[in-house]
Amino acid sequence: MRGKRKGRQTWTFSCVEVLAGAAIAGPKEGRGPLGDRFDIVKDDELMGMRSWEQAEMCLMEEAVRLAVLKAGLRPEQVDFMLAGDLLNQIICCNFTARNLSLPFLGLFAACATFAEALALGSLIIEGGFGGAVLTASCSHNKTAERQYRYPVEQNVQRAPTAHWTVTASGAVLLGLTGGRVRVTHATIGEVVDLGVKNPNDMGSAMAPAAAKTISAHFADTGRSPRDYDLVVTGDLGEFGTALVRELLFEEGIDIMDRLADCGLMIFDEKQDAHAGGSGAGCSASVFAGHLLRELEAGRLNRILLVGTGALFSPTSYQQGESIPCVAHACAVERLEGGKS
Amino acid sequence: MLGTQKEQELYRRMVQRHAPRPKYLRNAVLAFLGGGAVSLVGQAVMTGIVSLGMTPKDAAIPTAAVMVFIGALLTGWGIYDEFGRYAGMGAALPITGFANSIVSPSLEFKREGYVLGMSAKMFSVAGPVIVYGLVTAFFASLVRVLLVGP
Repeated sequence: MRGKRKGRQTWTFSCVEVLAGAAIAGPKEGRGPLGDRFDIVKDDELMGMRSWEQAEMCLMEEAVRLAVLKAGLRPEQVDFMLAGDLLNQIICCNFTARNLSLPFLGLFAACATFAEALALGSLIIEGGFGGAVLTASCSHNKTAERQYRYPVEQNVQRAPTAHWTVTASGAVLLGLTGGRVRVTHATIGEVVDLGVKNPNDMGSAMAPAAAKTISAHFADTGRSPRDYDLVVTGDLGEFGTALVRELLFEEGIDIMDRLADCGLMIFDEKQDAHAGGSGAGCSASVFAGHLLRELEAGRLNRILLVGTGALFSPTSYQQGESIPCVAHACAVERLEGGKS
Repeated sequence: MLGTQKEQELYRRMVQRHAPRPKYLRNAVLAFLGGGAVSLVGQAVMTGIVSLGMTPKDAAIPTAAVMVFIGALLTGWGIYDEFGRYAGMGAALPITGFANSIVSPSLEFKREGYVLGMSAKMFSVAGPVIVYGLVTAFFASLVRVLLVGP
């Protein structure tokens, strides 16, 4: 059975459009290079809430509601919601779905969650199982620090390879008609583990998974880096990006100047984010806030969004396990005047 | 896919080739200056207490208490972690760093309640320091007793 599958792991879509996107960011992200691309920038990390977790839920709910509003719909007109975050039992998304009263599928692929949601949402639309599907993910620096790293006020010197989890959320509403941008392919990644154990160096842990998914995408679709304006990874940082470049080169793929990274786009060097931004909200907010607008405005014609996720937990790394990683890729292009 | 031993080894080499180096010299100098600054404050506090009429030996305990108070206060004000970002070990090693390691998790988990949050998490970072401090002190005393006698 091949049908809409190309090669080993790529789905092709013919009628999936992006109706609207919304991105909300925290204060540090708002001061970054993409500050003016987000729909809303919060000036307080706590956002008037009583806990960091509630603040993250607030990010998620506002992004989701705004995406629906921008598409000219009401929440009850959305058929399904697919979302995930980084917290245990993905509480931010579960609580948001409760407030919205929507049929909901919770996802977890760490920082690759947004790409996974986009791929599965497209699958629902293409399969005719829904006409309006919400896909979203979020992260909050303080909730992630609390769960994965150290207390906020603890004096810790961060490693140069450590990422800064972004405080941001991104939501995209997928549908059948009415968009200016469409999703054409999704390549589902394999979980890859080359033995990296350092949770302060997720760039090098995730690079092999990203390279594998990118090369699988090119092999399955017969495309090459030339077919894309940008191949945007989620949160590899400078170090991880250099590794992906070399890993792809070993496989005979010259990615040229097409490779970019959401984690490097969201902060500049002066912001002390070390390896760059990371988190489920990183690729989501950069895509919904920046890349989608660039596509709609015609400054980009076709991109490959490669969400990269490190699938570890504090338990697994404390017990000395290595870090398995996954990357999912979605090809997104402009509808009129595109290269296709 | 779990890489084979050989694949893992090859990749480890590639990672090492690209890895950014921590700035060892800068970090060491900042740790020296930061730790020195904390010690200077400690010495000033001690001299002040001695001038009030205590012997230097007796003044050690109130000095430690004052330094713990300063460390805890600066943690609560959100200043100590900023200091630690630059001073590194120079901020962690003095007793002010120990105060920080107790106050920071209990602040962090206050929302989970005073029993299961604030007080239960108070020793999540400092607990191992106390345990291994006691174990080391025990063996050091044992060696002393065996060599020098009680």
